[in-house]
Amino acid sequence: MAHGPAKGISRWLFTTNHKDIGTMYLWFSFAMFILGGAFAMIIRAELFQPGMQLVEPAFFNQMTTLHGLVMVFGAIMPSFVGLANWLIPMMIGAPDMALPRMNNWSFWILPPAFLLLASTLFMEGGAPAFGWTFYAPLSTTYAAPSVTFFIFAIHILGLSSIMGSINIIATVMNMRAPGMTYMKMPLFVWTWLITAFLLVAVMPVLAGAVTMMLMDVHFGTSFFSAAGGGDPVLFQHIFWFFGHPEVYIIILPAFGVVSQIIPAFSRKPLFGYDSMVYATAAIAFLSFIVWAHHMYTVGMPVAGELFFMYATMLIAVPTGVKVFNWITTMWRGALSFETPMLFCIGFLVLFTIGGFTGLMLSIAPADFQYHDSYFVVAHFHYVMVAGAVFSMTAAVYYWLPKWTGKMYNETMGKTHFWISFIGFNVTFFPQHFVGLAGMPRRIPDYALQFADFNMMSSVGAFIYGASQILFLYNVIATIVAGKPVSDDKVWDGAEGLEWTVATPAPYHTFETPPTLDPAHAHS
Amino acid sequence: MLGSLSSTLGLMRKKGAWATGAVLTTAASIAQAAGDAAERSSVNMPVGVTDVGSSIYSLHMLIFWICVVIGVGVFGVMFYSIYYHRKSRGVVPAQFHESTKVEIAWTVVPFLILIGMAVPATSTLLEIYDFEDAEMDILVTGYQWKWKYEYLQEDGENVSFFSNLATSQSEIYNSADKNDNYLLEVDEPIVIPVNTKVRFLVTANDVIHAFWVPELAVKKDAIPGFINETWTLAKEEGIYRGQCAELCGKDHGFMPIVVKVVSEAEYAEWLADKQADAAQIRELMAQTFTMDELMARGKDVYQKNCLACHGAGGEGGVGTAIAGSAIVQGEVGGHLEVGVNGVPGSAMQAFGGILNDVDLAAVITYQRNAFGNNMGDMVQPIDVFNYKKG
Repeated sequence: MAHGPAKGISRWLFTTNHKDIGTMYLWFSFAMFILGGAFAMIIRAELFQPGMQLVEPAFFNQMTTLHGLVMVFGAIMPSFVGLANWLIPMMIGAPDMALPRMNNWSFWILPPAFLLLASTLFMEGGAPAFGWTFYAPLSTTYAAPSVTFFIFAIHILGLSSIMGSINIIATVMNMRAPGMTYMKMPLFVWTWLITAFLLVAVMPVLAGAVTMMLMDVHFGTSFFSAAGGGDPVLFQHIFWFFGHPEVYIIILPAFGVVSQIIPAFSRKPLFGYDSMVYATAAIAFLSFIVWAHHMYTVGMPVAGELFFMYATMLIAVPTGVKVFNWITTMWRGALSFETPMLFCIGFLVLFTIGGFTGLMLSIAPADFQYHDSYFVVAHFHYVMVAGAVFSMTAAVYYWLPKWTGKMYNETMGKTHFWISFIGFNVTFFPQHFVGLAGMPRRIPDYALQFADFNMMSSVGAFIYGASQILFLYNVIATIVAGKPVSDDKVWDGAEGLEWTVATPAPYHTFETPPTLDPAHAHS
Repeated sequence: MLGSLSSTLGLMRKKGAWATGAVLTTAASIAQAAGDAAERSSVNMPVGVTDVGSSIYSLHMLIFWICVVIGVGVFGVMFYSIYYHRKSRGVVPAQFHESTKVEIAWTVVPFLILIGMAVPATSTLLEIYDFEDAEMDILVTGYQWKWKYEYLQEDGENVSFFSNLATSQSEIYNSADKNDNYLLEVDEPIVIPVNTKVRFLVTANDVIHAFWVPELAVKKDAIPGFINETWTLAKEEGIYRGQCAELCGKDHGFMPIVVKVVSEAEYAEWLADKQADAAQIRELMAQTFTMDELMARGKDVYQKNCLACHGAGGEGGVGTAIAGSAIVQGEVGGHLEVGVNGVPGSAMQAFGGILNDVDLAAVITYQRNAFGNNMGDMVQPIDVFNYKKG
């Protein structure tokens, strides 16, 4: 039976092919990245100067809320699922994902979920305006009626994530090529396997939280209302029990990407493969026992504060191991700086800075000053944007020639990197300063002493935003009219099974399992 | 448009270093920061005026410098490698890829550094959590979107008042020049005596807020239904400004906190004045007012308490319109019900606990006779009192 893709729209609607589904995930996440980015542009335009100019405070809060939700659940998470779909079968020598029909379903419920979420903008009372962390009772008793739509959107996103991760776990556990033991899997596969377990563990907790909200809003319960015997802080504990592992759900696949790309352009095997795996597992474990470091100021007993502080500080150890391993991989390699490598080096520098501010934030007494200030905003954008988004961008440039059989424009790619890198730092570096000087986050207007840095931040954001258009153009230009590449191994230093199939990758790969080359154990 | 432009230009002139373009502003503000260092840094955490604040600042700088040193090391190695191990220099890549010894070293050494950080962090945290021996208590309650302060007295009368944003709408909407304390000014600050351990009992009436004054090293969430505690001991007189730090809805950015630290004598005088004011209000409650008096007082109360949601012309916004409202144009009893008890499940608060009877009577009278609602009737303080009694 022969089998190329079906024709027309049904190819995309009914496909069970991991490459098609991966492609749809990637395009969808890019569309969400643009939407979430547009919200960010509105935020930064309002904050360009002190005073209210463009939007009203209520709408501003809707923008910060939707920006966070769309970026986390719509852009970053689906982009890495897309990458997993494309790459995991090709990296472990499997013909497809283990559960292809479910794979189709886990993608196709995403667009309706975001339609539901985006539709709240046009509802009476406006979209959710309680921040992406949706603390009760602001998100329950005091929320606009659209909160119900928000709750169902979150439920659907959670379902999608759970199905996606079960699929990844089933695929990795059952479909590895003969001879590919766990400790020979590429690191990207390892980080995704661990991420998938995190997702299966915490997405139901999030579903529980929003269900309790639904009950409080519509059915007279008081889970999060002290007046009825409940506890608003309970919401925060539940939310962050999901929310902290969520941070690693976002960043672990990024670690995986970087661990593939840095060795390729260093022309040297990844240093400390085993310790990278153990460090990933250690980070995943710690992510479950540090949630309350987001809540140092809620009035916990001092013993609780100490426990969460010590546990949080410990994360620096495995994270440090990873950074040291990457740098040692580069040490005495033969480095070249194509666009994917530039984005990985950008990741390495900026993620490390985000790690440092993370360490500072872990110190509970100091966090009494940092908490809910722009210092926190700067910190998590260093890990989310420079961490997750930069590595995702690196991944696209790195595997695009394999996916399309065409080479992107290197000059344009490098330009994209430098504009992104500069724009990003101009946006977020000054936010450390205003945060330390006392500017709270999530405010539509600010005191005059924060004016200079905010204007700078806005200019940076416009630059960073504009650079993404260049990215989009470069990708489309590559697909339409890129220079064809025919080598299986597009990059001379690239290692792994995905580089053994033809370029562009045929619709079906590894219909018979490959034989592993023992010389290239893991890569 | 022109108004906002000219106010912006005014701001630029005042700040001196502007207009030269966004990139130059960094250098400018860093230079400015150096100039104002004694006042309030625009790039770093304030040391503040408390011992706890100094400990936090030292801890913050300690961790910062440790990170800088590690960063210089890590990035130094990386950039060395980027420069000297380039393929374009014709280097042959090494093939080493593991070393257990090295892995153990860079696991153990960071762990030891962390212990070095944990020791001072623990002692500072214990210092913050030492609530003993407070000399006075202030109950702080967060409201959407203002703060209420209640001075709990062992003997004598409690003093309580609301503290609202004092910045005018015209400054916020750019039709007037912004003053130096833009968004950081209130109609009535908290007053506390210097060198006195003051305990804040922090709670909220509606959603979660957070009470934050950086220079007093105080930040604590205000949670409805729960009472948190925190404390400060200011060592210098002065005015210290902070803001709500937890997203609490529409006007989260517009509920600042101002603390005035004064000498003990000045504090005693202030407290006596406030207690006298309270006695005076009690007296006023027994009085009967004329329409003009009620309207004048009511307008004032409306602007402070109602305008944010119901609009300057009673046209509505977050709240329903006052102009032409069925409740306002209906029976006095129905109007009192909404004013005193609020509308449960909505943003309309129960003002019976927020405003005194005189102010409540005045604002209800005002609403009934302003914005085209020409009801012609009056509500007196005694009416409110009787309504509350039931």
